[in-house]
Amino acid sequence: MIAFLLRRVGQIIPTLIILSFLIFGLQQLMPGDPAVILAGEERGDPQVLAQIRAELKLDRPIWEQYLNWVGNVVQGDFGFSWRIRMPVAELILQKLPVTAQLATMAFIIGVVIGVPLGILSATRRDTPADFLANGIALFGISTPNFWLGIMMILLFSVQLGWLPPSGYVPLWEDPVQSLSTTIMPAFVLGTGVASVLMRHTRAAMLTALSQDYVRTARAKGLAEKVVVWKHALRNALIPVVTLGTIEFGRLLAGAVLTEQIFTIPGFGKLVVDAVFNRDYPVVQGVVLATALIFVVLSLVADLLYMAINPRLRTA
Amino acid sequence: MSASAIPAALERGESPARRALRRFFRHKLAVVGLVVVLAFVLIALLAPWIAPYDPIETSWSRIRKPPSAEHWFGTDENGRDVLSRVIWGARASLMAGVVSVLGAIAIGVPLGLLAGLAGGWVDALLSRIADAMLSVPFLILAIALAAFLGPALENAMLAIAITASPVFVRLARGMALDAKSTDWVEAARALGNPPWRTALVHVLPNIVPPLLVQGTLAIAEAIIAEASLSFLGLGQQPPSPSWGSMLNSAQRFLDPAPWLAIAPGVAIFVVVLAFNLMGDGLRDALDPRADRK
Repeated sequence: MIAFLLRRVGQIIPTLIILSFLIFGLQQLMPGDPAVILAGEERGDPQVLAQIRAELKLDRPIWEQYLNWVGNVVQGDFGFSWRIRMPVAELILQKLPVTAQLATMAFIIGVVIGVPLGILSATRRDTPADFLANGIALFGISTPNFWLGIMMILLFSVQLGWLPPSGYVPLWEDPVQSLSTTIMPAFVLGTGVASVLMRHTRAAMLTALSQDYVRTARAKGLAEKVVVWKHALRNALIPVVTLGTIEFGRLLAGAVLTEQIFTIPGFGKLVVDAVFNRDYPVVQGVVLATALIFVVLSLVADLLYMAINPRLRTA
Repeated sequence: MSASAIPAALERGESPARRALRRFFRHKLAVVGLVVVLAFVLIALLAPWIAPYDPIETSWSRIRKPPSAEHWFGTDENGRDVLSRVIWGARASLMAGVVSVLGAIAIGVPLGLLAGLAGGWVDALLSRIADAMLSVPFLILAIALAAFLGPALENAMLAIAITASPVFVRLARGMALDAKSTDWVEAARALGNPPWRTALVHVLPNIVPPLLVQGTLAIAEAIIAEASLSFLGLGQQPPSPSWGSMLNSAQRFLDPAPWLAIAPGVAIFVVVLAFNLMGDGLRDALDPRADRK
């Protein structure tokens, strides 16, 4: 197990190094001179430009800029926002709890809808129930999140007036208000997760139900309920748990448009605002942070896979 | 399992492509998807002739009128006909979907073949690059790329193409590794074929079926991505119509003009659903193991 862990961490390191090249390289795609963008009205003044370049070390050779940047990132310094005038790492930590709450709620909704639907459609294969469940999943995958969000605002806020269309209240300040502002965006995000989990649960259950041990269990006269819930499901859930962990990572970062539509001040709103303000260090920082979260969660997924799959425990 | 399938197909004198077509057309939902996709392609191509109004001509007297006999989908905040804008918007969406996926294939497949066939440090490097790109969520990477490239439909397509390419690197690499261990590639190599010829003649044709499936599903994803980028103002620039940017302005008038949000959203949903149905049907039709009697 420890050997596996070390090997897995060893694999991450080259990925992280390449990731650092890619994210640093984003800056080089930028049209125009960052100093000119930052100078704004004073862009005609060569002295101001020179000062900005010196301050941001833009006048140094590219490899030195890179090493500098990586050195800072390793120490937790993700750069400094050009517009908000705050360290990027601090900004991200500020927004993370908001998105984490949203993602957790969305994930719960996704699991509660997706996993039972997957089990249902696998155990009633080729029946109307299976067809319906597959249809729901296909709809979930084909509906753009942001449009579903707009439609929900139209129905529940504009027409019925049941829920506030936007805004956010932290959970610890006013739990009821907090839930009423986040339930719609969480549902919108949850439908995507539900569709993916449904399809994977269904596939895993179908595989499990065709295994010899299930046939044995049926042959020795066990009730179908026991066969499905105890024998098949336990094994089918192993890949689903791994996938769920990765889906959770996607949610943390995938809330971009949903947060934009419901004006929830999380990760997604941060990156979109940064794009419009041409606050490139923040864009870079968010890309880096989401990638790091994703890499860590895939590691967690692998470890979970080991922990719940007894066959791999001794390997 | 396929042992019984092969003689049956041979008996009928059926080529694999013909068998796949037969299976695809037996799949009703996939055919519906194909028909819908073709209908939208026609709408996009014929936009100048079938759109009832000019999609960018504004009118003071027609601002935000609800759907009527003259304007089936109503008019927008600048008095433009929504139906005409949805029809013209099909161009941006379909083009973005197809061009960006072709771009992703053009970047991803050669690199994947190279990684799979060359092996060694080339494979290690290319695979790690694909891993690194896949560890950034799709939309965040696309937004970041589009932001750094600057807002324009071409840049949005480029950003989506780059973001979607690692999936094709992995696909092509996997297929190349599979093919490398087969007898026919071994034989081709033994006959003295150069590696590029082996790749093009012996490996590439085997990648076409999974590529078709993955490509169709990727178009669905790319259309949503383009709509998302346009919604954020990073894709098609106003006043040119695109479904994503139409939804962006619709969001500001949800109370007085809810009809603005319906048509473009339904259009995205229907096209994406059609591509997904087609992709699922192609997967069933092209899977050599899935031949049910």
